[in-house]
Amino acid sequence: MSASPFTVTPLVRRNMRRELAARIVLGAMVAAMVLPLLAIIAYLAVKGAPLISLKFLTTNPTHGMREGGIWSALLGTIYLVVIALAVSAPIGVLCAVYLNEYAKDNWLTRIINLAVVNLAGVPSIVHALFGLGAFVLFAGIGRSILAASLTLAIMTLPVIIASTKEALAAVPMSFREACWNVGASRWQTIWSIVLPNSLSGILTGVILQVSRTAGETAPIMFTGAVFFKKIQSGTLFAYSLTDQCMALSMHLYTVTTQVTNAPEPLPYAIALVLLGAVLAVNAASIAVRSCLRSRKKW
Amino acid sequence: MVNTEPKISVENLRLSYGHREVLHGLSFSVAQKEILGVIGPAQSGKTSLLRCLNRTIDFVSNAFLSGSVRIDGEDVLRTTDVHTLRRKVGMVSPLPVGLPLSIYDNVAFAPRCAGIKNKDELDARVERCLRQAALWDEVKDRLHTLGTKLSGGQQQRLTIARALSHDPEVLCLDEFSIAIDPVTTMRIEDVLKELKSHMTILLVTNLVQQARRLADRTMFLWNGEIVELDRTEAIFSNQPRDKRTYDYIHGLFG
Repeated sequence: MSASPFTVTPLVRRNMRRELAARIVLGAMVAAMVLPLLAIIAYLAVKGAPLISLKFLTTNPTHGMREGGIWSALLGTIYLVVIALAVSAPIGVLCAVYLNEYAKDNWLTRIINLAVVNLAGVPSIVHALFGLGAFVLFAGIGRSILAASLTLAIMTLPVIIASTKEALAAVPMSFREACWNVGASRWQTIWSIVLPNSLSGILTGVILQVSRTAGETAPIMFTGAVFFKKIQSGTLFAYSLTDQCMALSMHLYTVTTQVTNAPEPLPYAIALVLLGAVLAVNAASIAVRSCLRSRKKW
Repeated sequence: MVNTEPKISVENLRLSYGHREVLHGLSFSVAQKEILGVIGPAQSGKTSLLRCLNRTIDFVSNAFLSGSVRIDGEDVLRTTDVHTLRRKVGMVSPLPVGLPLSIYDNVAFAPRCAGIKNKDELDARVERCLRQAALWDEVKDRLHTLGTKLSGGQQQRLTIARALSHDPEVLCLDEFSIAIDPVTTMRIEDVLKELKSHMTILLVTNLVQQARRLADRTMFLWNGEIVELDRTEAIFSNQPRDKRTYDYIHGLFG
């Protein structure tokens, strides 16, 4: 035995080498994720920024979409996202509350849970076909903002249910038991303890779907989005629910692939606006969430 | 004791989880204003028994019950108003659970659920319960800070205050002292002696000496069966009726 208990033995040296290797490998993975992301944002910003102006955002496209702005597409996306989430968020959240808090653990519940998880993984084009069949044709709504929004709502519903359930399950069971022990009903327990403490998680799940809804092209292509539509600029109520509309994601696709001689920065500018809108919503949600978290109580 | 009718009477209570029976036909009764100590090793069914009394056993999906449990003559297992029942039976769990609310709201939670909205009445009740749980002096200046920020021992007293807040007639304590220090334990034991004047107490405990100090009668539960139920002095005497009782109390079990 050596005199000092802190002598560096071969074992210690090996552990230190492993520690270093783990740090480098894991760090490299983080870099592999962050760098492309920054590169994309920088590339879009450099290419697209010169076109961006208030006028670009608030005027209709003109000259076969080669000039003018993106107003009708921007407003269309806002309509689709707001209506889709206004439908899917309440239904999804309340559904998850039922499944997590009330439903007994039996075969039916398990099948429903399994179905929710699987539906969350279904490609959006399948939802598009369902929307076309169910809303446009069967329900007779026709190709419209309403039909497209409902299709997007159907698409986001299972994901919202899954994420809300996770947020609810993160509230410790002992809180519920303590409430039940003093004679609180299930609803009193949910309302005063479970929901307030899972709100930030629920909100995160819903907000993530904003980005997804804004970005999807397939579900709206069949159900309500069009290549071009001219609307009155300067008012937020330029579309009605039964109108067809333009959308940013679709507009980006059109300008890139269908329009010849479109000015080079245009697609980048559209992508930048889409990205900016999504980032703005996410930033707002992070602000709300950190406000809720700072009041976290256990 | 004027009222000779037992507060709780349990007859042939059987409980199984799935196909595994954990309580094999318990029959006993608890008198008004009595402290009944329940001792026994882990897995003997002590907590399950308490959960039958306030019907929180309902939340275990594969639990199956038979027999009868009567509190004041009313059949607990068949009552439809479980919320009133649970207000009648206070329950203190082994580990302290401070709800993520202020200290005040923790105690006012149950009365509010019962429909009490009057501020003065709530204030008075919160103060009374916190005093009863020997916590008032420590928290009276910070009633609106979070209950979850209290220390473990304080949270356990908060849990006890919450269990008292809905004016229970029966108080079930499930190993309340495992998370708190001996001094606080003794203070709460003094509180229990006072509470005994107006409520019936079931004291489940792993500390046999605690049962000896507090209980009028003690029940030794083992593997879902009552080995012995007798006056505490008889249980702790040198000749209890069953040798297993003697062995358990003197740590010779196994």
